[in-house]
Amino acid sequence: MAKKELLKVEGLKQYFPIKGGFLGRTVNHVKAVDDISFTIYEGETVSIVGESGCGKSTTGRAILRLEEPTDGSVVFQGTDITKIPKGEMRKFRKDLQIIFQDPYASINPRQTVASVLSEAMHIQNVLPPDQRRARIEQLLETVGLRPYQADRYPHEFSGGQRQRIGIARALSVDPKLIICDEAVSALDVSIQAQVLNLLEELQDEYGLTYLFISHDLGVVRHISDRIIVMYLGKIVEIADKNSLFENPQHPYTKALLSAIPVPDPDAVKSRIVLKGDVPSPIDPPQGCRFHTRCPFATDKCRTEEPVLRTSDIMKDTHEAACHYMEEISAGKMTPNY
Amino acid sequence: MNEMESILVVNNLQTSFGTEAGEVRAVDGVSFTVPKGKTIGIVGESGSGKSITSLSILRLLASNGKTKGGEVLFKGKDLLKLSEKAMREIRGNQISMIFQEPMTSLNPVYTVGQQISETIKIHKKLGNKEAMSQSVEMLKLVGIPSPEKRVKQYPHELSGGMRQRVMIAMALACDPEILIADEPTTALDVTIQAQILELIKDLQNRLGMSVIMITHDLGVVAETCDYVAVMYAGQVVEYSDVRTLFKNPKHPYTLGLLNSLPRHDVDQEKLIPIKGMVPSPHEMPVGCRFAPRCPVATELCHKKQPDLLSTGGDNSEQIRCWMYSEEWDGESEVTLYGEKRTVKG
Repeated sequence: MAKKELLKVEGLKQYFPIKGGFLGRTVNHVKAVDDISFTIYEGETVSIVGESGCGKSTTGRAILRLEEPTDGSVVFQGTDITKIPKGEMRKFRKDLQIIFQDPYASINPRQTVASVLSEAMHIQNVLPPDQRRARIEQLLETVGLRPYQADRYPHEFSGGQRQRIGIARALSVDPKLIICDEAVSALDVSIQAQVLNLLEELQDEYGLTYLFISHDLGVVRHISDRIIVMYLGKIVEIADKNSLFENPQHPYTKALLSAIPVPDPDAVKSRIVLKGDVPSPIDPPQGCRFHTRCPFATDKCRTEEPVLRTSDIMKDTHEAACHYMEEISAGKMTPNY
Repeated sequence: MNEMESILVVNNLQTSFGTEAGEVRAVDGVSFTVPKGKTIGIVGESGSGKSITSLSILRLLASNGKTKGGEVLFKGKDLLKLSEKAMREIRGNQISMIFQEPMTSLNPVYTVGQQISETIKIHKKLGNKEAMSQSVEMLKLVGIPSPEKRVKQYPHELSGGMRQRVMIAMALACDPEILIADEPTTALDVTIQAQILELIKDLQNRLGMSVIMITHDLGVVAETCDYVAVMYAGQVVEYSDVRTLFKNPKHPYTLGLLNSLPRHDVDQEKLIPIKGMVPSPHEMPVGCRFAPRCPVATELCHKKQPDLLSTGGDNSEQIRCWMYSEEWDGESEVTLYGEKRTVKG
């Protein structure tokens, strides 16, 4: 299958300044995203997973320039959208949409559903105004709501229904890529499954590409083709779904997978409990950022930063950033818990 | 199972809230037993009444909430009939509780040590110095490094996982017999969640207390609980031991929950969601509360509410569903983990 590049992120950095002192000068930076690169192909679902503060949401927002990235490029269908003027960015936002986590905070409570959706179409000039109403009703049906609900206000809907409105809003401008930033995290499982199924159906129907940002590895395993694991602003592992779950290589990925409670009381557990907390992104550890919690860390890990690379022990599309993955996989390293 | 000593028995608990739109029955006839030294899980989605159940047990309801009926027997004593003063002797002492949000449950203007020693001073009648040194011991118990330094710190100086450890230290300061943990790890990252769950389990083994674990996460249930009560719309719909619940669940709602759960440990073709949504507490269905969403509901289910029936020989398994009663005719087909199963009435 020939894969067509849709979005290419290269050397993306997002530093947030910390102001301090008497003059309010920038005294330091939070390095939320620190030099990451990846590619998304047309029609696939790529997920970014990681714990709070790893930079996964910041990455999504930087791609859309909701916050101006500090450095790096984001090439969408051949155009570097970090270099174009702000005004022109609006044109690209037609193709790049986002669905947010909190269905209560991301829709204006004073607008009816119809006006939320027609505003999006108006800004992007999608349809002549007289055809918009029909389109709104059709969109609501697509996401599993009723056309007569178009004139209702957000408070009249449940959390799951509001998330459907958010999806309808994203769809209203015929996007190519939708960034789903923890889009199902606030929902109960029975409703979450409804929304996940809806997202999959829409992808088949409209050929959508998703960048799915989530901390829930169950959701990620269900929906993704490829998965990116982030830790403290860096990508530590990137692989197709099966390789990541069946053959994880980075010690952090392994610990993360083993930490999730399995809904099966008979499951065999070999849990790797990590010591301590995630260090501060203001002053991240030298060398490998995971070395402060890694059971295999050596002096080399403390000084030399590992790069993403593949190896004989994994598929050639699978990459991880660890100095010792071969040794760990061969059982030559002893973990120090 | 019957021979096991029970420390807390909740019987037909009814809790209502007065709202502008009328009375809302948040908990409607909940019964379960907490065996000594074991963990019972209360699992359900938002609005199922699981947190209100635990607040009713400790009588910590908001001012518009009222327990209208039932009993909560703690070692034979009905907590609902105690005076507020007697209740205060039990709360935080014999039964204590930890909450979901360690950020909002700690007082930001007192040091960690002051907050832990407050409990100790009140219940154990100790002086400042002794209470403080016991606080240090408690912090050591819950695995906080350099506890002598930490007791003097304020909550904002600690990470989320550390704050939850402090909450646990505070809850355990008076050696409670029951710990109620209301979504103790929901606000935490998975690697920190693993630490906290491990800690609770380890302390339970060492101290021999019973735990009521309130959660929406079926993974946490499978990993920590011995028995489970599944709640839906203010009622217990299924009660069993944890193995039975996951291997041989019976209530269509439990089946629906397991079918809609995306799992990280196995591949699933398609999730099977539960259609529709939870009924509004103002318009509860007259029949079975799950009937409008149930794939096997019949006319009977829509008309008449089922009782919580015992299906095992003893009370080890209970289920609120017509499908398992004598009134049910013929066979029904249900799906679990992608496989069809047949249920005979």
